Amino acid sequence: MLYALKIATRYLTASKAQTALLVFGVAIGVFIFIFMSALIGGLAEFIMMRTAGDMAHISIQAEAVDPALLEQTTGGTVLLVQERSTMATAILKDTAAFIPLIEALPGVTGTSQQINGSGFLTRGAQVTQVSINGLMPGRESVIANLASYVTEGTATLGAGGVLVGKTLAEDMDLSLGQTVRLQSSAGIDAALTITGIYEMGSGGPDRRQAYVSLATARTLFKMPQGVTRIEIKLEDLYTADVLAPRIKALTGLDAKSWTEQAAQLLEALQAQAQTGYILKAFALLTIIIGVASALLLSTYRRRPEIGIMRAMGAGRWFVMVVFVAQGALIGLMGGLFGAAAGYGVLLAFPGRDSFAPGQNGLPIDITQGAYGLAIVLTTLGAILASILPARAAARLDPVTAIGQ
Amino acid sequence: MTALLEVRDLVKTFGTGEAETRVLRGLNLVMQTGELAALLGPSGSGKSTLLTILGTLMHPTSGSHTMLGVDLTTAPDRALTEFRNLHIGFVFQFHNLLPDFTALENVLFPTAVREGRETAKARARGQELLVRMGLAERIHFPTANLSGGQKQRVAVARALMNRPELVLADEPTGNLDRASAGQVMDLIGEINREEGTTFLISTHDEKIAALCRRQIVVGDGLVTG
Repeated sequence: MLYALKIATRYLTASKAQTALLVFGVAIGVFIFIFMSALIGGLAEFIMMRTAGDMAHISIQAEAVDPALLEQTTGGTVLLVQERSTMATAILKDTAAFIPLIEALPGVTGTSQQINGSGFLTRGAQVTQVSINGLMPGRESVIANLASYVTEGTATLGAGGVLVGKTLAEDMDLSLGQTVRLQSSAGIDAALTITGIYEMGSGGPDRRQAYVSLATARTLFKMPQGVTRIEIKLEDLYTADVLAPRIKALTGLDAKSWTEQAAQLLEALQAQAQTGYILKAFALLTIIIGVASALLLSTYRRRPEIGIMRAMGAGRWFVMVVFVAQGALIGLMGGLFGAAAGYGVLLAFPGRDSFAPGQNGLPIDITQGAYGLAIVLTTLGAILASILPARAAARLDPVTAIGQ
Repeated sequence: MTALLEVRDLVKTFGTGEAETRVLRGLNLVMQTGELAALLGPSGSGKSTLLTILGTLMHPTSGSHTMLGVDLTTAPDRALTEFRNLHIGFVFQFHNLLPDFTALENVLFPTAVREGRETAKARARGQELLVRMGLAERIHFPTANLSGGQKQRVAVARALMNRPELVLADEPTGNLDRASAGQVMDLIGEINREEGTTFLISTHDEKIAALCRRQIVVGDGLVTG
């Protein structure tokens, strides 16, 4: 085996220009493979961070409870007709008991207790319907990074303050420090001062949302205790499907993973990943065809030598190993050079931090270059490519080969 | 002397039907250990085919072929390859060295391919052979840098590397000038005398044949003299 490797190495070094060209070709294929991996993986990460990055990874919504019957039944059947309420009347109580349990779970980076509902923002004669989000002061940026989107004022929610989106502010001609009236669907209204204006870059949140402190929301929705929703942020959003059932088991609450509401996004990302696989498979196929054709030519050129080796007592297996080893060495060298070149070029692109909302980053992720996989697949591909020429070499009739 | 090899009623045909050509037509030959024999005959008489079969590089169509008591007539490729490596050496007309290797590496090949590596013992044997061939200064030379005569002497050294019982030489001096041809034949004669290696040398050159103790004449696929 070692001796066959020596012969293979000598054959490769004997034709330096041809070998260099072959390795260069393989390296280009590997470079494309790595660049595609970094681009497809980076794009997926980019999309996730720009979409799911600002979403709750797990959410717990209070479940509506059937109202109690006011009249005691004495027999027979009671027919209850109940209109579905649009108000957030369901409440999650005893949050103090289970929030520490959730926050203690590995992978959980933060929780946000919220009171959410709808209402109307009024300034003078202008009235706009808004979603009201009551957040705990100091935890405004746990889920969506509000602080990074604030263009004027501050993200900190104090008593009597309200944060509005830039589009809403423009529509209603609002500016920092102005007073507006916010009336909840519960009929309570409050005069609030605009303490911050944010711009998330998407229509809904910028036009239809208002953030207030949890205390203000309690007043607006007549909710002295409890919250309507708990949002949980995870270190790795892909662990949500595992952690949500654990939280459900731990607290008895209906914890839902973000993936339940983002099936289309996941499908799109999977389709994108499959496109990437196809492109990478083509890159690999190009490598295999290139190596196979080069080694076939080499086999043809070295026919007399193969005949001599066979006459001197080299078995078919030995001849096969010589040619397969050449393929493996070409694949390995091309893989290493291509991976190094790929890594070097990808270094020039900004890192994953630039994928975060508010940053100007290109969707190329150096950490998703799949360098090891590229080297292994290329070497295996080159070995596979060399089998046909190697078999042809091993089957050569030594008498005919020497005669040439 | 004991019989080294024996072929009986050896027939070799190429092609089929109307294109069939019968090159050997029931050839018989016995060679003893230690012989130095010349194989003579006109072109197309079957000399090369006979050497190829004796070298286990080809099966006969019919007849029998034994060497060292082993029936090689229908032995599988793997067994023939192993037998060839251990017991038979080849010297070709055009030296047929591996061009990307040095003189010593070429000589070591038959041993290294069997042992899987170039051992120190094999290197010592290879160097000793090259010194004996008068190539002490050329041991590590790439074969491309050697003259025709030097290349042929390297080929002789390679044929002797595994101490084979039989060396088959196909026109070993056919491509050499008179002086180089003489050198190669002197070496062959010396090894035959000193080590008892059997040589069968195919040649058209009667002067070369005259240096051998036995002349085997092949004509029309049979031994005629």
